[in-house]
This record gives sequence, structure tokens and C-alpha cells, in this order.
Amino acid sequence: MADGKTNGTNGAKTSEAATAEAQVTFLEAIKQAMFEEMERDPSVVLLGEDVGVYGGAFKTSEGLLERFGWERVIDTPISESAIIGAACGMSYLGLRPICEMQFIDFIVCAFNQITNFVAKGHYLWNAPAPMVIRGPSGGGVHGGPFHSANPEMYFVHTPGLKVIYPSTPYDAKGLLKAAVRDNNPVLFFEHKFLYRRIKGEIPAGDYTVPIGKAVVRREGKHLTILSYAAMMHTSLEAAEALAKEGIEAEVIDLRTLLPLDEETILNSVRKTNKCLVVHEDTKTGGIAGEIAALLCEKAFSDLDGPLLRVTSLDTPVPYAPTLEEYFLPNAKKVFAAAKELARY
Amino acid sequence: MKKDLTRQQHLDLYYYMRLNRAVEDTMVKLFRQNKIVGGLYSSLGQEAISVGTSYALQKKDWLAPMIRNIGALLVKGVKPRDIFMQHMAKYDSPTKGKDGTSHFGDLDDLHIVSPISMLGDLIPVMAGVAIAGRYLGQKIVAMTWIGDGGSSTGVFHEGLNFAAVQKAPFVLILENNLWAYSTPVRKQVPLENLADRAKAYGIDSYIVDGNDVAAVYSTTKEAVERARAGEGPILIEAKTFRRLGHAQHDPAEYVPKEMRAYWEARDPIALHEKFLLSEKLLDAKSKKDIEDKINTLLATERDFAENSPMPPAELAETGVYCTGEECHKIRAKWERPISEVTPPKSSVQAVWTVPGFGSGKSSGGVNAPIHFGDTQPSTGISASEAKSSNGGKPAAKVAAKTAAKKTVKTAASASRKARR
Repeated sequence: MADGKTNGTNGAKTSEAATAEAQVTFLEAIKQAMFEEMERDPSVVLLGEDVGVYGGAFKTSEGLLERFGWERVIDTPISESAIIGAACGMSYLGLRPICEMQFIDFIVCAFNQITNFVAKGHYLWNAPAPMVIRGPSGGGVHGGPFHSANPEMYFVHTPGLKVIYPSTPYDAKGLLKAAVRDNNPVLFFEHKFLYRRIKGEIPAGDYTVPIGKAVVRREGKHLTILSYAAMMHTSLEAAEALAKEGIEAEVIDLRTLLPLDEETILNSVRKTNKCLVVHEDTKTGGIAGEIAALLCEKAFSDLDGPLLRVTSLDTPVPYAPTLEEYFLPNAKKVFAAAKELARY
Repeated sequence: MKKDLTRQQHLDLYYYMRLNRAVEDTMVKLFRQNKIVGGLYSSLGQEAISVGTSYALQKKDWLAPMIRNIGALLVKGVKPRDIFMQHMAKYDSPTKGKDGTSHFGDLDDLHIVSPISMLGDLIPVMAGVAIAGRYLGQKIVAMTWIGDGGSSTGVFHEGLNFAAVQKAPFVLILENNLWAYSTPVRKQVPLENLADRAKAYGIDSYIVDGNDVAAVYSTTKEAVERARAGEGPILIEAKTFRRLGHAQHDPAEYVPKEMRAYWEARDPIALHEKFLLSEKLLDAKSKKDIEDKINTLLATERDFAENSPMPPAELAETGVYCTGEECHKIRAKWERPISEVTPPKSSVQAVWTVPGFGSGKSSGGVNAPIHFGDTQPSTGISASEAKSSNGGKPAAKVAAKTAAKKTVKTAASASRKARR
């Protein structure tokens, strides 16, 4: 596994003060983003289950209640629809609520509120809903079928939402800040495998990372690997192994899934002529299918081989370590697929 | 109760009910001329609820209508032309033809939140409006409506429960019109009075004759002011009857004839008019003046609506996202010092304080300590019982006093919550 050190500062707005760099965990980056946004703007509030006194199930909101008080850090009942609905109502009065789903698996309990109420308001009646829905997602930590989900594509299929899924502490902080300041409802997925395993450098001052921009993590000429979140690191690991065999893979971190950065994807594929998509989400209906369609529509004559996918299996996330390891993509699987693709 | 209202208030209620009905009558004509794009819903016989409840709100308050609350929109200041154009999917309608019926709102001026078709979803949303209004120091009340059918949804429970624990300034009007499409209320809820559900949320409720506009208004007025004063959400069950089918296509043959006859004899406008005439608040001339005023207004409004074009096809592709400052300048309107919600003033000790323990009647009939002291004793103990056994003080308060005053820190020892 790569150390998560980012070179992803291109396209980011960094203020003059943002010079001194410190190594922080992915989790700390998220905590800092919320703290700084609440400090900056009193219209930012946080609500969710156990976010206050307990500081969140993963301690991402630790210390926020002490500093900002009961009115701004709201411990809610176990009612995801009420959390999302209330946040939407708050946003109508100009607040910018951040909703925490204790585990992102539970976001589907509020599916109707998100897809029908929150997402459609601006289109239908000119009502923006500036709010963020965030929470720990993803597998690899033996959380079982209800604490390991990657439900991003339910929402990528919903016009009106933005969907972010970062892979580095730098991006997590900068994108979460950008999400809070965005006038649209933004879903922000935090891969829990990265929370304490990944460290990265973060500048001291305020900065944001633009929503909707992918970033090239590793330059290469033989094939393009598109990925995001935890699989970003898996893809980089595979790319190192491929390099030893003379295959230079270009690795791109999508960062935002909706809206998708078509330009960065197309530019890379037009250069390498081959594309492999790696995601932890299950295969059918995953973003890889959407990217395959995009390439067929806009870069068909540039392709020298088929678009290949390395994804999780089309099953629920199983619990036993042996089963989950079999279920998830890994660097070996990415390596094998890339080798196959490089033959074309 | 009726005597509490001024003449002008009585006449306002009458005017808006007449306007409500006339607007809907006009839309029935438009529907029969195929000028309404989709379905047409009716609030015939329920006008007293829409009008009486919304008339109790102040201009700064927020409401979110349901499909049968055209009257509430009119009271809040929506022009009839906007309602006509919504139903006709016209370009000049509030949603520019992107949605129909009462599905529109106005965040900046009238403070109306648009409903969606999924019932109950407005309840947590309006709870959020109420909480945000309190946070910003605006002293507003948020109101929405739900039917007997909509009260069966899960989000009704989630929303009302959350509003209750937050003590949100929120008033929920449960419009019990006895029918959810073809399903009678007894197949929705095994309760005689839906207001009884309020008890489960620890909030107060009222039951009111939904066809008596003055009673609806007076009851709502009291509830709104109590909510505004910080007493928490209040549920009002307004009992009424849906005189027509679910929508125009539905002849509602499933409704027993004698039920319909009973309620048709209790038409809210006729009842109020009879009262106004008998009290000499209205006479034949002033009645005709009101009718002329409404007819003239609606002729103009209808003309405007009919002359509005259909939206250009390409509009379908626009407006999914807010594009930023040039699209919407989003600013909270603070009516309290921001310093109250920012450090250092906002800073608190992150602990749960437990002032004592309450009690409830166990299955064996004796009291057991079961809850935090700030909840009411649950069942069986009437106020007088509690008083007599505790020297005149309510049981919960006594328990709270006798329990040791201590602060319990919960965070340190708690393990990660495995909640489901």
C-alpha cells in the first residue's frame, strides 16, 4: 500500500498562508475541515447520531460540541430521514448543515428524502439546498454486509446531487470545505479503511479543492487506470509493480463521481489508448460502466483494446475475512488485468 | 370561541373560504376544457381547515401545503393566477412548468416550502425550518399539514419525534378527512382520535371540528402562539370529510351514501355564512359584494393564466444545479447576536447531565424508576394521584429533586455503538 502522499495540489486553491505542511491522518483532515468551516461561518451546523457528546462513532466530530455548543452540534434520534429532512429545511433558511450518517450504509434509510426532496428542489422550484451528507463507507475492515457499503452509484444516478469520494487527507479536507461552501447538496463518502491508515501533508491555512476535477496521481503512457477512494492506493501499488515489468500506467484519481471530469479522463485515454477502471463498488451499475459508455461515445477510435474492470463481486459484502478478501479488488487483481490490457 | 374573533376576522375567513372554493371551481372548468395538464385534486368541504389554520400565522412564519391546501396558499398571499398556471403547466407559473399542482414554493418572500408527492416528507423538513428559525433568532413558527393516510408513513414518526425532542416551534395539522384514496381511516389507524398519537411524542394536541372555520382558527392561533413561546410542537387533528374522490378521475363510489349526506349538510362555508348572517356580520349586499370581488378577480387571473405560453422545450435541460452566487445568494437572516453561537460564548462542557429519574407504572402495578427525570411519568398516574401521593407535587419533579444531583459522563466508558 502506498503511503498516500499526495501530489494532488493541481487545480486547488491554496491561500498565501497555506505554506507550513503537517502530516495528518485522513480522519484528522475531515475533522479539521468541519472545525474550520464551523469556525469560519456560523451558518454551518452539524447533525447526526452521536456526533455531540460522543464525538461521532469514529470520532470525526470530537471536540466540536465543546467549542460550538448544542445548537450547532445536534445529537439526533436514530432517524436518517429526519436528519436529512431537517437539514434540508435548515438549508432553506440559509444554513449550511452537515449531516453525518453514522455508517454510510444507513444513507439508504433516507433515500427518498435525498433523491426526491433534496435533489429535485433547485430544478423544480428554484430552491437550493446547500447541505453536505457525509459518513464512513467502504469495506476491508470486516464490518460485514451492513457496515461496509459503497452506495455511491445510487446517488450518481440522481441529477441534482454532487458525489465526492476522496483518497487523500489533502483532498478530503479541501473537498469537504468546498462541499460545505457549495450551494448544492453534496454527498461526501469517507472510506473508513483510510481513516487512520493514510497520512498526508496538509498546508496550515485555508484551502479548497474544486469539486468535479480528477487528478493524475501517476503519469504513464501504456495504459490509464481510473480509480478513487481506497482503490486509488491499490491502483498505485499495482502501478509500481507494473513499472518493474516496463509497463507505465497512468493513474487517475476521479475524486468526484458526479459531475465526472470527462476532460481529464478523455485526455489520458487519448494518450494511452487503453483504459482500466478499478473500484470497490460492485461491478454491475458501477461507475466503470458509465466510463465505458463515455469512451465509446467520445473516444472510440482512440481505443486499442477493451475497457476492463476490476471491481468487487456482484454480491453483498461478506463478513468473514477470507470471504471479504475474495470479494474485494486488490493490487494483484489490478496487476493481472493491466497486464492483460497491455497486450493489446 | 366565535365571539373572540373580530368582525373583520370573521369576514376574512369567509372571503378566503369563498375564494378557495371559487379558485377550485374555476379549475374544474379548466379541467373539463382539457386545459389542466395532469390530475386535479379537490379540497371541497375542507376549506375551513386550509383557511382557518394558515390565517393564524404571521407573515414571517413558514408553511408547506399539501395537495388540498390551496386555501392556505391564498391566505399566505399566493395569487390565484399562479395556482391556475401551475395546474396548466404554463411558463409563467412559479415552477415554469417543471412541476404542477400545489408543488411550488417561495423561500424569499412568502416563506412557502414546496411539497412533494411522497407523504410525510414535509414533516422533518418543516421541523428543520422551525429549528433553523429558532437558531437564527427569528421567532417563527413552521406549519404543515398531513392527512389521515399520510400519518401512516414512517417519516411522519421520524419527523414528529425529532421535532418533539428538539422542542421545535412547529405546528402539524392532521387533516382527517376519513379517506386515503379509497381506504377508510379505520384501515389506516386503529384509533378513534388520531390526535392521541401526540401523546407518544410527548407533545400536546387538540381536536377540532374541521368544518367550523372559527374554531379551527382559534385553536390554531393558540397552538401557534404556544409553539412560538417555546412549548414545542403541537398536533391538531381537524376532523372533516373529503367530499370528492382522490382526484377528478375518481367518482369515489366506495364512500357510503349516508356518510356523504351527513357531511354535505355540514358544508363549512354554508355553516359560517349562516353564522355571519344570524350575527348580522354579513348581509345580502355585502355577500354580493364579496362574490363580485371574487368573480372579477378570478376572471382577470384566469385570463392571465390562459394567455401564458407553454415553456420552451429546452427549459427541460436547465436548472438542475445552483451555479453559485450569480444563481443564488444564500445568506442566513440573523436576528440574534452571532456571538451567542460562536466561541467562546457557544462553548459548553460535552457531557450529559442527568437531573434525576422518572417513574412509570410497571406491569405489576407498582412504580419503577425507568427514565431520565425530565420526562413525564408514562402511564396510569393521573395528575391528582401523583399530587396526593407526593404532597401536591408532580411525580417527575419530586423524583428529580430527591435523586442525587450529579453529572454523568457518558463518553469515556462507552464502547463503539453497535446499534442494529
